[in-house]
Amino acid sequence: MKSLREEFLRTNKLPHIWCPGCGNGIVTAALVRAIGKVGFEQKDVAVVSGIGCSSRAAGYLNFNTLHTTHGRALAFATGLKLAQPGLKVFVVMGDGDATAIGGNHFIHAARRNIDLNAIIINNHIYGMTGGQHSPLTPEGKKATTAPEGTLEREFNILELAVSAGATYGARGTAAQPRLLEKLIVGASQNEGFSVVEAMSTCPVSYGRRNRLGSAVDMLKDIKQRSVSVEKLETKAETTRPRRDIAEEGAEEEGETHDKQEEVIPVGVIFSRPAPEFVERYYRGLNKEKEGKEGKEEKEGQVES
Amino acid sequence: MPKKNSRSSPPKKRIAELKLNEERCKDCGICVAFCPAKVLGQKETGEVYIKDEEKCTLCGNCEIYCPDFAITVKEAGGNDEI
Repeated sequence: MKSLREEFLRTNKLPHIWCPGCGNGIVTAALVRAIGKVGFEQKDVAVVSGIGCSSRAAGYLNFNTLHTTHGRALAFATGLKLAQPGLKVFVVMGDGDATAIGGNHFIHAARRNIDLNAIIINNHIYGMTGGQHSPLTPEGKKATTAPEGTLEREFNILELAVSAGATYGARGTAAQPRLLEKLIVGASQNEGFSVVEAMSTCPVSYGRRNRLGSAVDMLKDIKQRSVSVEKLETKAETTRPRRDIAEEGAEEEGETHDKQEEVIPVGVIFSRPAPEFVERYYRGLNKEKEGKEGKEEKEGQVES
Repeated sequence: MPKKNSRSSPPKKRIAELKLNEERCKDCGICVAFCPAKVLGQKETGEVYIKDEEKCTLCGNCEIYCPDFAITVKEAGGNDEI
């Protein structure tokens, strides 16, 4: 393991604003170590973020950084990548930022298969604004806007990404930072739109309301429920979400389950090749240029 | 600075050098919970401190789990790769 490189942090901005025990810091540290591991130079890396707790990450990272408007991080990043194709662009978003406010940008960036690395820090809640439920709040979990538990079903980000056209999708958790680091390295090496869902913890706005205990308890719970996709494939019977089993039991008892018991599949969920957008764009542009130049030359010859 | 191991002597226990940046630390206690060797401790007031540096096995858990970039662990006198 390599130590976190202090030069990649804006140390004068620390300590950060995140609450004690917030998983955002663990995910950000994993991102920094992953960038160090791949060996990208500081000047070649750009971190783009939207709005929310997780999006504050860009402010603490000593790369080219853009802190943009709510949900629009991917739109800004698309422009940045097209203007400067040499940049390695990491887009840090929260769950609400990426799938609610920026939901359209997310599916269309995936459809284009543009070479961006989207890191979605999923803490299941809008933490910064006081704990409203997001599209990734699991069904039945409480939020300020769902005091009896949300009635809506949550998105599966990676299923959304794969059907929209992304070429790399992985899920890691703040409870397994080493794995998360590996997955971010994998994303940065994929030429195309990569999505890493980093399951994180919000002990204040989400944990407290749902009685999930302290930050440590929440991390341990996530760790316990995480199962690698390889293991899940070999043990077909465990692919059935534990929640179903729990719900069956609960129905009999006539009460809903308080504890999250669903299995979290972690690891590389999908990886497939597809033509990348920026490369195709420049190839087309160069062809057009060559075509024009050729035409002009021909016209010149005719005139002389 | 401890002496480097010579080839003839039996392998010595690697000595860890732990640093806790108190300005950044928010006493969340994650490092204390995830340290397998119980090197770190938490006082009754909640303050996290390095309790027993000698027990450190250089696994690096405290550093990678710290959400506040507050802990670094490396081998004393060695490079930062553990």
